[in-house]
Amino acid sequence: MNLETVKSEIEANVPGCRLELVVNPSPSGQHSLLLDAEHASAVAAYLRDAADLRIDFCSNVTGIDWPDKELSQKVKLRKLVDGVEQEVEETRITTVPGSLEVVYHLYSVEKKHGPLVLRMRTQDRDAGVHLPSLTPIWRSAELQEREIFDLFGVVFDGHPDLRRLLMWDEFQDHPMRRDYRDPDDYEYEPTAHDEVLQRAQQHLSQANTAQLSEAEGR
Amino acid sequence: MSTATHPAAHFELEPRTGPGIEQLLEISMGPQHPSTHGVFRMNVVLDGERVVRLKPVFGYLHRNHEKIAESETYLGSMPYTDRLDYICPLTNNWAYALAVEKLAGIQVPERAEYLRVITGELTRLQNHACLIGFLMQDMGASGTPLMYAFRQREIILDLFEALTGARMMCNYMRFGGCRVDLPAGWLDQAKRVVADFPRFMDEYERLLVSNEILMDRTQDVGVLSKELAVSAGISGPMARASGVDYDIRKVDRYSIYDRFNFRVPLGSHGDVYDRFMVRILEMRESVGILQQAMRDIPEGPIVDPKTKIRGFRPKPGEAYGRIEAPKGELGFYLVSDGSPNPYRYRVRPPSLVNLTVLEDLCLGRNVADIVVILGSIDIVLGEVDR
Repeated sequence: MNLETVKSEIEANVPGCRLELVVNPSPSGQHSLLLDAEHASAVAAYLRDAADLRIDFCSNVTGIDWPDKELSQKVKLRKLVDGVEQEVEETRITTVPGSLEVVYHLYSVEKKHGPLVLRMRTQDRDAGVHLPSLTPIWRSAELQEREIFDLFGVVFDGHPDLRRLLMWDEFQDHPMRRDYRDPDDYEYEPTAHDEVLQRAQQHLSQANTAQLSEAEGR
Repeated sequence: MSTATHPAAHFELEPRTGPGIEQLLEISMGPQHPSTHGVFRMNVVLDGERVVRLKPVFGYLHRNHEKIAESETYLGSMPYTDRLDYICPLTNNWAYALAVEKLAGIQVPERAEYLRVITGELTRLQNHACLIGFLMQDMGASGTPLMYAFRQREIILDLFEALTGARMMCNYMRFGGCRVDLPAGWLDQAKRVVADFPRFMDEYERLLVSNEILMDRTQDVGVLSKELAVSAGISGPMARASGVDYDIRKVDRYSIYDRFNFRVPLGSHGDVYDRFMVRILEMRESVGILQQAMRDIPEGPIVDPKTKIRGFRPKPGEAYGRIEAPKGELGFYLVSDGSPNPYRYRVRPPSLVNLTVLEDLCLGRNVADIVVILGSIDIVLGEVDR
């Protein structure tokens, strides 16, 4: 199964979709297709139903967290220093916004080919974490998307039953994110005693306001 | 324990009154229920004895295996994979090794491939034997079938212990091969065990296959259609019992499975009895594979000498490797950023994905059938919750 031909085939049949071929430099050679969130369901439905592809088996669904990256760049500028124009080196920090990525590994039971790897990216890691759910197309995504919602915090629109899967309902954070910080008290649990609960709440409010270093010394 | 903060408090019930609904009863099966094979809970809503709703509750054994593995070196996670599906540690090792080998492009020497097939198929034998024993135990056939299976499993675990040093937490595979070679006399003993195994199978089948009570309890119970099985990503014996002809050993031809002559048993009804029978038949095929592998195993190195064990850093990229584990498709997805730790480490657990259809199978059945259906799915909570 050639990914280039699959890509052009999808583009011919799903009007308006934007696909991007993501090259995988590893020896595994499993390249993938990056879908736009808007047309993802249509593309998935086409892949499942197209007679020559019949991608009917969604094996694995998982998330990857790409946090915001800070790129520092040294720039040479001419500037007035004490009234004299001099060449000054300055460090400029640009932030590359991060995203949450969801990866689908698909196979065909009927045609016995695969894997076809699809990915989707959220806009950012705070408010724009919505992606369309592919559970209506492949039922096997049901529990796995719930797990991603739980551990990464991607909200799947159109999922029939989007609840936390592994963590308890009251839990607030997303443990698989790279910037997740362990609670300072491991005894935190839904039925925690008052004192422990208070400390855990304190921890969460501190984590939210990013006053992490002070909390360490307590 | 305050109920207000308990997850059960958030479990929404359908209205208890209305046309056709007289009185519903909500029961919580688990997490310490003996039939749940560990700490697994089902919130079941009953109309009399009939199941009208069933929601599984996960996470009692969750320790975020994936997060731990991401802060560990690649090799450092190998012993931890044993603890996923603790009934079959060797196939977990194998799937992880396979994914890393794909990621880094490592070749495996021939003898090591044979060792992997031999240990992997022995694992399948003991998993299926035990599962059938557990299933019988769930049905109330207290003791005998399970003890027969455990007697046989113990003989296989003795082989694992002689080879790897541990009965269950084997930690045997390495990237590009295996950890140790066979000790003296191991192969002869294994040949004897495998030659003896059909005798156990005969006995087991005579005891169970045409047992009237078993047939009564399992036939037409928990019927899974072929279409739903494919769509819900069901894999392994459970999918094949529904007639899905999909065995990764045949499809991917990973390792050296294309050298062996074996058949893939398929069911036609997709009920609990078919799932039971498919496993019985698969054991016979595994015995055949083992006999061929132990006949053909060549001499040679067991690990590629060029593979770097210490300071192992695969180049940036990603790989998904999967094998046909006894419970279904076990996959590992790895993303490398060139550092000694995986950037992303994901386990595709067959037990969890196979539980997707639990509610569909149980609706309209009796409470006693839930136990049988869950038993036939073959779950291990170490892998479901990770």
